[in-house]
Amino acid sequence: MLSIVRERLRQGHRTGKFPKVEPTLSDRFRGRPQLHSGLSPQQREQAVAACPFGALSQGEQGLRIDLGRCLFCADCPAAEQGALSFSGNYRLATRRAEDLCYSDEVYRLADALNERMLKLFGRSLKLRQVSAAGCNACEADLNVLNTLFFDLARFGIQFVASPRHADGLMITGPVSENMRSALLETYAAVPEPKLVIASGACAIAGGPFRGSEEVCNGVGDLLPVDLYIPGCPPHPITALDGLLRLLGRR
Amino acid sequence: MSGAQPVCLPVGGCLPLAELPRLDYERFSRLLREAVQGGARVVSYFARPETDGLTLYAVLLADGDGRIALLRTTLGESFSSLSPELPQLQLFEREIAEQYGVRPEGHPWLKPVRFHAGWTGAPDVWQREAGRHPLVGDMAYYRVAGDEIHEVAVGPVHAGVIEPGHFRFQCHGEEVLHLEISLGYQHRAIEKILRGGPHPATVYQMETAAGDTTIGHTWAYAQLLESLAGVQVPQRAQVIRAIGLELERLANHVGDVGALAGDVGFLPTSSFCGRLRGDYLNLSAEICGSRFGRGLVRPGGVSFDLEDARIATLQQRLKVLEPETCGAIDLCFDSPSVLARFEGIGTVSAQDATALGLVGVAARACGLARDLRQHLVPAVWTAAFAQPVLEEDGDVYARGNVRRREIVASLALLGYFLDQLPAGDTRVPVRELAADSLAVSCCEGWRGEVVHAAITDRDGRIDRYKIVDPSFHNWSGLALALRGQQISDFPLCNKSFNLSYCGFDL
Ligand code: SF4
Ligand code: SF4
Repeated sequence: MLSIVRERLRQGHRTGKFPKVEPTLSDRFRGRPQLHSGLSPQQREQAVAACPFGALSQGEQGLRIDLGRCLFCADCPAAEQGALSFSGNYRLATRRAEDLCYSDEVYRLADALNERMLKLFGRSLKLRQVSAAGCNACEADLNVLNTLFFDLARFGIQFVASPRHADGLMITGPVSENMRSALLETYAAVPEPKLVIASGACAIAGGPFRGSEEVCNGVGDLLPVDLYIPGCPPHPITALDGLLRLLGRR
Repeated sequence: MSGAQPVCLPVGGCLPLAELPRLDYERFSRLLREAVQGGARVVSYFARPETDGLTLYAVLLADGDGRIALLRTTLGESFSSLSPELPQLQLFEREIAEQYGVRPEGHPWLKPVRFHAGWTGAPDVWQREAGRHPLVGDMAYYRVAGDEIHEVAVGPVHAGVIEPGHFRFQCHGEEVLHLEISLGYQHRAIEKILRGGPHPATVYQMETAAGDTTIGHTWAYAQLLESLAGVQVPQRAQVIRAIGLELERLANHVGDVGALAGDVGFLPTSSFCGRLRGDYLNLSAEICGSRFGRGLVRPGGVSFDLEDARIATLQQRLKVLEPETCGAIDLCFDSPSVLARFEGIGTVSAQDATALGLVGVAARACGLARDLRQHLVPAVWTAAFAQPVLEEDGDVYARGNVRRREIVASLALLGYFLDQLPAGDTRVPVRELAADSLAVSCCEGWRGEVVHAAITDRDGRIDRYKIVDPSFHNWSGLALALRGQQISDFPLCNKSFNLSYCGFDL
């Protein structure tokens, strides 16, 4: 018993101060990409062609990026060509798929649920997590929200064991053919009104597996999505930021 | 005489296909049997359609000297199953049956593995309807009959934040008579979409084949391309990879010990380790910006260098983490009530582990010295790596204790690597791959060995890519560990293996 107390003292108090205090992330962390202007049409074309995941396209205001498809690659060929660079901005979650795409307009972060939903879920949100061919990195970094540092429960958010106890689904993975019906059945088992959160590039648009005949390219065609959390995997802070925005806490 | 002996390769080696004799099946199976009797084991086993017919490749490894031995033969529409004699082949043979529609005659447990349509259009071994996606989990489950027998089915969607899979228990009261594990829910067709590659997306698919083993799989992939391209990776890059690999091991092992403690209700270790795991992930992010090592390993080397200041930061943070980690973990291993829950639970005998071909932590917990770090390049490994960590008892305690001791060993290795980082480049270009060649690469990931094999076509494109995640071997170990156990001990046994679903399903 004494050794437990002694160890407890050594380990100290670890719960982070987020959201009151901003987190310190690695200087190599790759957050929201900034698109560079002043590229020639040809350079833009090259950048579009170089992205293996179709995250870039030609927009009216120059290059356009879709954060739902972007994997924030360390060796992004478009970044190497000078078409974009990564900022340290971890705030990425949006309410609508089209908000994930931008050229030079302001990035429209997720806003809060409507009043009725906030009244229901604002102080207590129970989520059932479904991994539908996620690679276990998205899953692991959601699990991390339960650890001392993030302490998700202090915001009234909790992952629960049954869809029957849940207010919504937190989905990871590109949705394999083999998980499609299990996902839909789990969704059906959640009582109304319910939320759907797509966490990670896979769940949003198929991620690295977009185009494989064995995956559905994310949940978009299967279920209505209320919150998109980009990243491969999203940093836990990105996910937490998104959840807090959804609940009107940021 | 050609074909009297298997053809040998060093780990990470490459061979022109023409140098590999095509044996008749009888001789192939005799040599395979002899090799296994002589202490080798099958680390990869896969087929590829060729002009001579469907060709079967066996990749063997002897743990003593770390040499790879290769055999190949041609299969007809059916072949005689070797699984009854060599149970370690049972899943490999099922996999080949599912992919190519050839039947291993006499296979004692011929069931689908991943529930996908065949790759060649050949008739399905299970007569599943052509032109439709097979129904996942649709197979004949093993059943125990009797008045007091009941069946418990769990999954694919589980209670925790984890990947999907289906478990069927045959129980008599609390006692599990048999557990059958049916996977495939995570299948993304990784091997299939790699054909004609490497494609621009390939390296990202390797990083996420099993996303908690990013370094392990990407290392194996990179090494494979390097050997096919005849490229030597600079020492500095190799050591940076090794640092990434050990950080991956630390994060996962620390997390696993915490999860084991959590499953027996010992909360101090569980909560401390949950936080510490995150700190190790953050060290990976310090190196490459990603907590899972994404973007670090690339064919030809690594894409991030470690400046002196960064090395100093890592060393400093490790100095703080080391006593905190050991303190958190010792707490649980010093607690009699925890040990009472760990000891004698979920035991796998060394004999069964050998027969099933278990690898990694699960094998070392049964006393089997299977740790490919003994044989890995670079030389800095062999200088720093002492011996595989072994336990004898094969139970939850043994699997936990292997991790605990490997955590200490990994911390020492990391200290050494950070101290001894050789100067030089971090990346060299990897150009054309050798045509019509076969290469095999291995890496000791945190769960166990990751083995990749590739065969190139005459243009040097990848024609067949085979991935073996350690979980492929080890799920059968978990099934066996449950025999005669209380069903309520399943979560604990499961955590003690902590296997990958997507690494298995691919
Ligand atoms: S980071 Fe990756 S996904 Fe995003 S634009 Fe660059 S290459 Fe495409
Ligand atoms: S988005 Fe990336 S990290 Fe998340 S499941 Fe997909 S591959 Fe894995």
